[in-house]
Amino acid sequence: MGDHPHAGAPQSADTGLGAARLSDPADGGREGGRYQPMFAGAGARRRAYARAHPIVSLVAGRTGQGIITLFLVSLVVFAATQLLPGNAARAILGFSATPQRIRALELELGLNRGWWSQYWGWLSGLPVGRLGASLANSEPVWRLVEPRLLNSAVLVAVSGVTGSVLGIALGAVAALRHGSLLDNSMTVGALAVLAVPEFVVAIGVVILFSTVVFHLFPGVSLLTPGENILQAPRLLVLPALSLTIVTIPYVYRMTRAATLEALESPYVEMARLKGVPRWRVLVQHALPNALPPTIQVVGLTFLRLAGGIVLVEEVFDFPGIGQGLVNAVTDRDIPVIQFIVVVLAAFYVVVNITTDVLALLLSPRRRIPT
Amino acid sequence: MNVATNAPTRLRVRGLQVCLAGTNTDVVSEVDFDVALGEVLGLVGESGSGKTTVALSLLGYARRGLHITKGQVLLDGQEILGMPERELPALRGGRVAYVPQEPAAALNPVRRVGKQIDEILRVHEGRGSRGGHVAGRVHDVLSSVDLPTDRAFLRRFPHQLSGGQQQRIVIAMAFACQPGVIVFDEPTTGLDVTTQRRFLGLIADLCATSGVAAVYVSHDLAVVGQVAKTVAVMYAGRIVELGPTATVFETPRHPYTRLLMRAVPSLDKAEVMEGIEGQPPRPASRPVGCSFAPRCPGVGPECLSSPPVMVDLSASHRVRCVRVRSEAQRTSGRQVIPLVDSAQPGPAVLEVEGLRASFGTNEVLHGVSFRVPEDSCVAVVGESGSGKTTLARCIIGMHTNWAGNIRYAGEELSHGARQRDGDVLKKIQYVFQDPYTALNPRKTVGQLVAQPIDHFFGLARAEADARVVRVLEDVSLSADFLNRYPDQLSGGERQRAAIARALAAEPDLLVCDEVSSALDVSVQAMIIEMLRRLQAEHRLAMLFITHNLALVRGMAQSVVVLSQGRIVEEGPVEQVFEHPRDPYTIRLMSDAPRLSPAAATGSGQMPEFRADRATER
Amino acid sequence: MTSATQSGRPAASAAASPNQLRRHEWLTLLHRAAASRRGAIGLSLAGLVALVAVVGAIWTPCSPTAFLYAPLQKPSVQALLGGDYLGRDVLSRVLAGGWVLLVMAVAATVIGVSFGAFQGIEAAYLGGRTDTVIMRGMDVFLAFPAIVLALLIVGTVGPKLWLIVLAVGLGHVPQVARVMRAAALDIAERDYVKAVELQGVKPTRIITGEILPNLVSPLMVELGLRLTYSIVIIAGLSFLGFGQQPPAPSWGNMISENRIGLQTNPWAVIVPAALIALLAIGTNLFADAVARAAIGADRQVEQAFVRTEAAKAAQ
Repeated sequence: MGDHPHAGAPQSADTGLGAARLSDPADGGREGGRYQPMFAGAGARRRAYARAHPIVSLVAGRTGQGIITLFLVSLVVFAATQLLPGNAARAILGFSATPQRIRALELELGLNRGWWSQYWGWLSGLPVGRLGASLANSEPVWRLVEPRLLNSAVLVAVSGVTGSVLGIALGAVAALRHGSLLDNSMTVGALAVLAVPEFVVAIGVVILFSTVVFHLFPGVSLLTPGENILQAPRLLVLPALSLTIVTIPYVYRMTRAATLEALESPYVEMARLKGVPRWRVLVQHALPNALPPTIQVVGLTFLRLAGGIVLVEEVFDFPGIGQGLVNAVTDRDIPVIQFIVVVLAAFYVVVNITTDVLALLLSPRRRIPT
Repeated sequence: MNVATNAPTRLRVRGLQVCLAGTNTDVVSEVDFDVALGEVLGLVGESGSGKTTVALSLLGYARRGLHITKGQVLLDGQEILGMPERELPALRGGRVAYVPQEPAAALNPVRRVGKQIDEILRVHEGRGSRGGHVAGRVHDVLSSVDLPTDRAFLRRFPHQLSGGQQQRIVIAMAFACQPGVIVFDEPTTGLDVTTQRRFLGLIADLCATSGVAAVYVSHDLAVVGQVAKTVAVMYAGRIVELGPTATVFETPRHPYTRLLMRAVPSLDKAEVMEGIEGQPPRPASRPVGCSFAPRCPGVGPECLSSPPVMVDLSASHRVRCVRVRSEAQRTSGRQVIPLVDSAQPGPAVLEVEGLRASFGTNEVLHGVSFRVPEDSCVAVVGESGSGKTTLARCIIGMHTNWAGNIRYAGEELSHGARQRDGDVLKKIQYVFQDPYTALNPRKTVGQLVAQPIDHFFGLARAEADARVVRVLEDVSLSADFLNRYPDQLSGGERQRAAIARALAAEPDLLVCDEVSSALDVSVQAMIIEMLRRLQAEHRLAMLFITHNLALVRGMAQSVVVLSQGRIVEEGPVEQVFEHPRDPYTIRLMSDAPRLSPAAATGSGQMPEFRADRATER
Repeated sequence: MTSATQSGRPAASAAASPNQLRRHEWLTLLHRAAASRRGAIGLSLAGLVALVAVVGAIWTPCSPTAFLYAPLQKPSVQALLGGDYLGRDVLSRVLAGGWVLLVMAVAATVIGVSFGAFQGIEAAYLGGRTDTVIMRGMDVFLAFPAIVLALLIVGTVGPKLWLIVLAVGLGHVPQVARVMRAAALDIAERDYVKAVELQGVKPTRIITGEILPNLVSPLMVELGLRLTYSIVIIAGLSFLGFGQQPPAPSWGNMISENRIGLQTNPWAVIVPAALIALLAIGTNLFADAVARAAIGADRQVEQAFVRTEAAKAAQ
């Protein structure tokens, strides 16, 4: 139709441009956003400046962005906990404390120093685990949080993986049976479950499997001190089940949508018209194209779980960082709050980078430049 | 029933009907044709005529929402429409192959091209044979379409190939399993004329040598004329005329075919194109009688009562028109546009001097200079990638990354529209290429046309309203359109509204960028003729940008040929068309498909095709 | 089947819709959503729960804070849902415990969506450095799960209701901004906007006249979606004890308080939990119906879903 550079993929076909492109896969053509260079000559001139492989540049770029994000996150967390009216001294002493006592404690905690100096003290301690002491019980923050980190990691991993696998499987089935009763009921079901708050699901699970209806598993995940969740897998069942239930519909919906889109694409139609058998069309043509968006949603699922553990751990008294955060907020234990929030944000950044790189590896169009 | 040949009939279609799924509303109905061994049948129609639906039915396939309800498709006498689902894969790609419209979309982006060719061989003949055999066949298949066969090439992904190479890959796949029938679904859309010509030659070659029967679907009569021996013209889901290409092109008998031929622009003569008023009925709202009756100039009462049946005019020529024998043959040629004396052009409205435009650091226009005299139309012709749209956008201030001089009425223009003063913005108006995106869907036609009037003139409401109506009349839209939204308009009506919006500013210079490329031929003719009239009536200077040489002939007084960001030739239209000097222009002229009956031989010998091999590697 | 539909253009057949439809697009959207089956079910679910909350705000059978029965008394004719862990009337507490959640959720949604939409559209239209600064800033807030952000704020300042509303609203801002920015960018690139720009019309008039009218649909969809999230997060916070403070009843804190009595009087937990769930499900179904009405066929909704989710994932 048109010749405006972003108008169409089929470039000026056989005019020797093809030759230039073939001989040089590292040729430019990506720079300038979607304005692709149209001429072999310009491409050839650019060829001298070979570019880093897209994976390398992506990982480098994303890591850089991630570090900046984390830095800003630390600023926000610090600002929120230090500069808002409810400062640490007031938090410890309560709202009825006299100004004199607050002043004294502020001196003791170093709150009288400039904010920059306080911030630097906190930030430089982060990477080495020098996080200060809990305001609630004076224990080092790291020793309080470390065992919880492991427990939460196990919980998130188990429910994330189970939920993703089930969600992907159900989503692919629904897409294949698009419009059927099975598809419709699963989709409406997913829509409903998607909306129910995690803690309500968890309460439902407790009612069903632990108290009112059946008594199959413990409804409270109390560990003895020094024990971690891997040593008491029975305690993991219901929290993981609750989180799996909230995970499935999300992954399901995404996989279904991505598979449907792939199944309706011209290349799947072409595969059918080539005589490729049905199952092969699905496995070899549709699914590989549905994978990158699905991987991104699996990443998002893990991020959702990072918020979900807060409530679900609270329901089960599960000794993870979610419950730790709730306790710390209740006690206004600022060093603990700061640390857990930063850990969750770091998790966000790492998951994002990982899913991006995976999605890139799975799509040749982005992986290999023209 | 078709062209009398001795070759046996390979494909026979009888009474084919395709309906919207779950309804009795037919999209395509009463389709009958035969294709003999080694023959190419051209299936021609405008958008919505049902030609792609027919093409896919030949593979026993209907798109979502459609359902093949009736009829027979016989392949070497064997019925394929009733085939059980499990036998269809062996048929598709094996005995009937399909070449899709857009190879870029039809090739799986995550699979290597070697694998995709390999796959069709394995699916159809790979069972039991060893890998080595298939690898050898991949090699043969690729070399038959003059593509490289080395491992590095096989390991490429589709996006690493040029458009032409992608096209060849899908052709190679179609011929790979030596099918009996190949269905080509507008496979040259988006190719430049030279590639298209080579491609048509390749198809003709391969069909002749491998003895397949081919069905070639296209909206372009001239393209079909180059490959097809027989042509079937479709309108509103039915074949309205079927016969030998030469006969149909020379003496079309169905009123629609006749009008369609008169709407096709000519490269060789400056003629008035005649569009067809109205638009084809949609499947659900087709009239009881002849679907073409509402637009037919020779309509009679008998046309409205019952659907017409096919009438045999000769053994090979059939027409679906009840009045075909009674109606007088109108054989007069089209009106020739008198030559305007371009020896003494007026003062320049627009002067472009040494224009260099870039995207980022990538220069796409390398010093372009030309002028547009007042009251005259200058055409800029170029293929995709020539930089012609960028040129237009520099002039109107939409593309700002340029150097050089653009002068309007002797005054230098700033780079971006935002820096230009209101008078210049008013005096230069632009008509966008795609009428489907150029109109705000939330505004009525009345609001759209009123917008520039309010902005530039600040008239009282009543006066402004009157002016809106006047401008709409100018583009042949009645006042009924005032309150309609763009999605209630056809493509042609949208483009009229867009042109009305440009005219409402009362410009001196109208820049028209591929204004008809999104439209059907019959609509295109109306739009182009309207622009020609408006240019004369309003004494406009016009910059007419197009890839379609034939449109230029009757439209412009002088022409600028743009190739790879440079002007390769310019001059008065007559001179450039009759005596082109630059090799590029000459090639452009000779490669453009023509509708002249002489071209409709269906032989399509393209010897230069093989010479292309070296450059492609 | 026709070239027009193949090329992804709106087929002319979609044209039959009446003209008022576009004059009050938001009303029409709501109307069409409510007319669809899914939307009707959603609306009646949410409406029913809202009715319970509104009735409770005006009238309860007994005082929701009076100690009337034995702790965790089983349901009886006098006490239809029994007593809670302190012997208060569960029915009265259920009735009285919903309206604050509704008001807070609506307020948080309005704050979050309007501020987010403003930021997103501003970023899209101004572009360049402003865009980068705004969106990078948003990215930082995306790194906090919504509930964690709320906890962070509430944890430092204290569980004030207005603060929770503000915190939840703030949590919506980056997501809404991202979606609206993408939608606005898409519109701003269209030819019909360029056509008006080329006349030298002022940017503010282009935003209000050309771009905003085309953003009504995505804005409605966001409102529905964010309302569901607001309900979920505010109920969750109240479950954690960061909401209305005892003895005032709220569905969230009722669940939390009465968990210890699940064996004796489960209704004190089940009823508020079910009400929260039904409210969220109802809102979500209706929000989905609005999205369907706004975008069209099922497939397109799903595609839009894929795209927005993918956009969220890619920074």
